[in-house]
Amino acid sequence: MRPSKVISFTLALILGASMVQAQGPRVVSMNLCTDQLVMMLADPDQIVSLSPMASDAHSSAMIEMARSFDQNSGSAEEIYLSKPDVIVAGLYTEKASVHMLQSLGLQVEIFDPAESFDTVRANILRVAQVIGHPERGVAMVADFDARLAQMKSGIFQRPRAILYHANGYTSGAQSLSGEILTAAGYDNVALELGLTWGGTVPLERLVMIEPDVVITGRPFPGHSRGEEILRHPALAPLKMSAHTDARWVCGTPLVLDAIQDLQREHPDKRSQ
Amino acid sequence: MNKITPLLILFLVMSFVGSLMIGQANASFGDSLSALFSGDGPLGRVMQDIRLPRAVLGMMVGVSLGLSGAAMQGYLRNPLAEPGIIGISGAASLGAVVSLQTGFAALFWLALPVSALGAALVAVLMILTLAGPRGGSLTLILAGIAVSALASALTSLALNLSPNPYATYEIVFWMMGSLADRSMDHVWVALPFCLIGWAMIASLGRALNALSLGEDTAASMGINLSRTRLVLIIGVAASVGAVTAVSGAIGFVGLIVPHILRNFVGARPSSLLYASALGGGVMVLIADIAVRLILPNGDLKLGVVMALIGAPLFLHLIYKTRGGLE
Repeated sequence: MRPSKVISFTLALILGASMVQAQGPRVVSMNLCTDQLVMMLADPDQIVSLSPMASDAHSSAMIEMARSFDQNSGSAEEIYLSKPDVIVAGLYTEKASVHMLQSLGLQVEIFDPAESFDTVRANILRVAQVIGHPERGVAMVADFDARLAQMKSGIFQRPRAILYHANGYTSGAQSLSGEILTAAGYDNVALELGLTWGGTVPLERLVMIEPDVVITGRPFPGHSRGEEILRHPALAPLKMSAHTDARWVCGTPLVLDAIQDLQREHPDKRSQ
Repeated sequence: MNKITPLLILFLVMSFVGSLMIGQANASFGDSLSALFSGDGPLGRVMQDIRLPRAVLGMMVGVSLGLSGAAMQGYLRNPLAEPGIIGISGAASLGAVVSLQTGFAALFWLALPVSALGAALVAVLMILTLAGPRGGSLTLILAGIAVSALASALTSLALNLSPNPYATYEIVFWMMGSLADRSMDHVWVALPFCLIGWAMIASLGRALNALSLGEDTAASMGINLSRTRLVLIIGVAASVGAVTAVSGAIGFVGLIVPHILRNFVGARPSSLLYASALGGGVMVLIADIAVRLILPNGDLKLGVVMALIGAPLFLHLIYKTRGGLE
């Protein structure tokens, strides 16, 4: 065999191998948040299907992109028959379905819900690893950290803010919403009340503690008494600011956009 | 008017003030009182926007339920007739839930109480038709069970079908009732129909007195029986419907209060009406204070406390009247 032939043959082999490599494992996601990380990190043809929540406008921050993919119903039978190489699921994904898929011999990767930016970083790196593109995860985390550092800089005043949801529920500092709030340059009033993780703040207590900003959840359609509390006349004099939305739900780089929105109301960042 | 009336008025004032003074925001009696009148600062808002509507609503709920219970019992000559037990409150809840979930409640100011009133009206008519003019205990209770079961099933269905994920969790509120975090808006919505209902029921005193001697005697005394029946039905539906629309279904008030007061004012329906209205207000205000003292940070339902007090009494009454049930 001529050397040139050997070279081209070897080249073909390497190229062929890298073509297979580029395709990567085919993945099914069973959780709203892994849906989004998979969409951000995987190649489109790697995605077999996303969870049914992916197109839920109230919870999913990436409904537009999710439209171009199939969605599964979450049942083990359907997912098994779609023959994925790997399945990503959340800690609270239907246990029966997850166990069934595991016992059928499929690889199921279970992710903790992000309760801090550290979990966000860890989940990004792990999803990237699982779908065979670890370098994309590393790049995404680096970009995340750079943008976060830039947003956190130049904050001198820290207005007192509270996240107030239906039924008077508030999120403490040890939660993703709490971290978003703190990173945007606000002090979380929940800490003054001794609620590290979160909990219920009675309306009277909220009025008495006089926060500078109250951030409420976006109301769902239909009526609920739990949300009626957010329109109570006693709250009228308090400054009701931005609503939390789908970007606050999952630990993805989209939380940075949520921080940016919050900073529009921040005295040190408003002018920029 | 009789000897116990001034005492009941005193209790009502005391429990009203007590209701105003108890809450999660710890403040002294004097500070709270001056904040209530001045409305200054956060405490002023707490007093005027949170505590005052709660106390006023508690009183309205109690008066409506006490009065309705006494009137129903007088009319049916049956101590077990009570809006909660015989399903009127449950039906009013259903009317309110359907109106809130379909958006009808948002159409005009009184749409919410109108819906609750309409559903309560249907329930009263069903009960009176099923139980017959003499209102035998067994048929009355059975009719009440049927109406309550239907109303609570349909309420759950309406809440389960809601696109709002919180709605399902509120089945308990509509079945057990609560006065937590209501506002003056709720007071204004309920007040007109409460006043109409109270006035209608209060006008029945003489007719109910005559009815206690039997229908024929009452008719011979010049009481228009069909008119009495109509006024009673609309009066009960209006007052129970209006308070249930804003506070959920609260049971047993109309059972306990007339039962206790009968020992003091005697069995004459007209005196029992006034006493039960005042006593109902006292009862609900005290129960609502208990709710806040037992679980200050939780949302213990008012109906739970009322049922804990009322259910044993209900059993006792059934035991006492069991001869009549057979």
